[in-house]
Amino acid sequence: MDTKDLIAIQRFCSHYEIPLSFIEELKDYELIEITIIENTNYIKKTQINDLERLIRLHFDLEINFEGLDVVDNLLKRVNALQNEITTLNNKLRRYEDL
Amino acid sequence: MAFVDYYKILSISKNATDNDVKKAYRKLARKYHPDLNPNDKEAEKRFKEINEANEVLSNPENRKKYDEYGEHWQNAEAYENAKQQQEYQKRYQGASHNYTDQDFSDIFGSMFGGGGSSRQQSAKFKGHDFNAELQLNLIDVYTSHKRTLTVNNKNIRITIPAGLENGQIIKIKGHGGKGVNGGPNGDLLIQFSIINNSKFKRDGNHLYTDVDLDLYKALLGGELTIDTFTGKVKLIIKPETQNSSKVKLKGKGFPKYKKEGQFGDLFITYNVKIPTNLSTKEKELIRELQKQR
Repeated sequence: MDTKDLIAIQRFCSHYEIPLSFIEELKDYELIEITIIENTNYIKKTQINDLERLIRLHFDLEINFEGLDVVDNLLKRVNALQNEITTLNNKLRRYEDL
Repeated sequence: MAFVDYYKILSISKNATDNDVKKAYRKLARKYHPDLNPNDKEAEKRFKEINEANEVLSNPENRKKYDEYGEHWQNAEAYENAKQQQEYQKRYQGASHNYTDQDFSDIFGSMFGGGGSSRQQSAKFKGHDFNAELQLNLIDVYTSHKRTLTVNNKNIRITIPAGLENGQIIKIKGHGGKGVNGGPNGDLLIQFSIINNSKFKRDGNHLYTDVDLDLYKALLGGELTIDTFTGKVKLIIKPETQNSSKVKLKGKGFPKYKKEGQFGDLFITYNVKIPTNLSTKEKELIRELQKQR
């Protein structure tokens, strides 16, 4: 399988100076997906932004994994609501233009 | 430089313990952390103040200097030296003078140009996110294309994907403010303002337009050529087409965002136009028709 869009967890952890166990915990809480290819664990490059945010929340604010799970879900909801507001504003504009 | 009361920022009293400082910082940081308040400039500003206050008050040595020298705490050592030197000079010039806090500030003003602020931060922080707005016409987001933007005197070439929505934000990673103490650079957040000066109304991937239809074509059927985003399309008008009836042209709408080759639909509403200024002959013929019904 092509690993072009993946990054090895070992490499990721050493770059961000975080323990491997942090990623394993995130996986256990289903906060990230891990891809295993030939006994090497990878994460998708598209997950890096989310992972950076989780690192900051955990290490800067000492939010535990249960908290990260809650925050992650709430942020996704905030994001979805913001997108919905944008869509509704666009719809409203369509009717106001009539 | 205005005096910044770090105790007030953390909402603690001057005799707060180290643990109180830590607790207050954690509480406020959780409230104002940029990750928890996306796109909130006020929260970002508050978070920076909280960090600065924590940096000083969580370090016993810095806190002691801050308590003693206030805003000039960073220059405490130089302050003491300057004070001694001035005292020495005045003594030998035969002048007597009692120093006040205002005098100390003046000493700093002359030494550091107003107190200075060369604070060394130990923690790594992500740089500021830059926000920009880009105005485009609807036609500009019908096809993906590249565009060069100038942000802080740097040219950035970005791809504008087809199907962008009005108000949508695209994040260009690492093109924001520089990170602090080796922290990552901030991001550039571009919000798109899409102006629709076309005759189509847009709702997501679907487009809507009204088309005038003359009465006879509506009654008897025929052909009609209309404009779409990709050129002209010939429509077959069914006989007895009603006013306000709609037809859907599948795949003739707007491109779907990041789904190459996929398009929404174009909805056409027919406006049947009733002829005006009828001649006597026309009126007679229409009355004849009326009798047939």
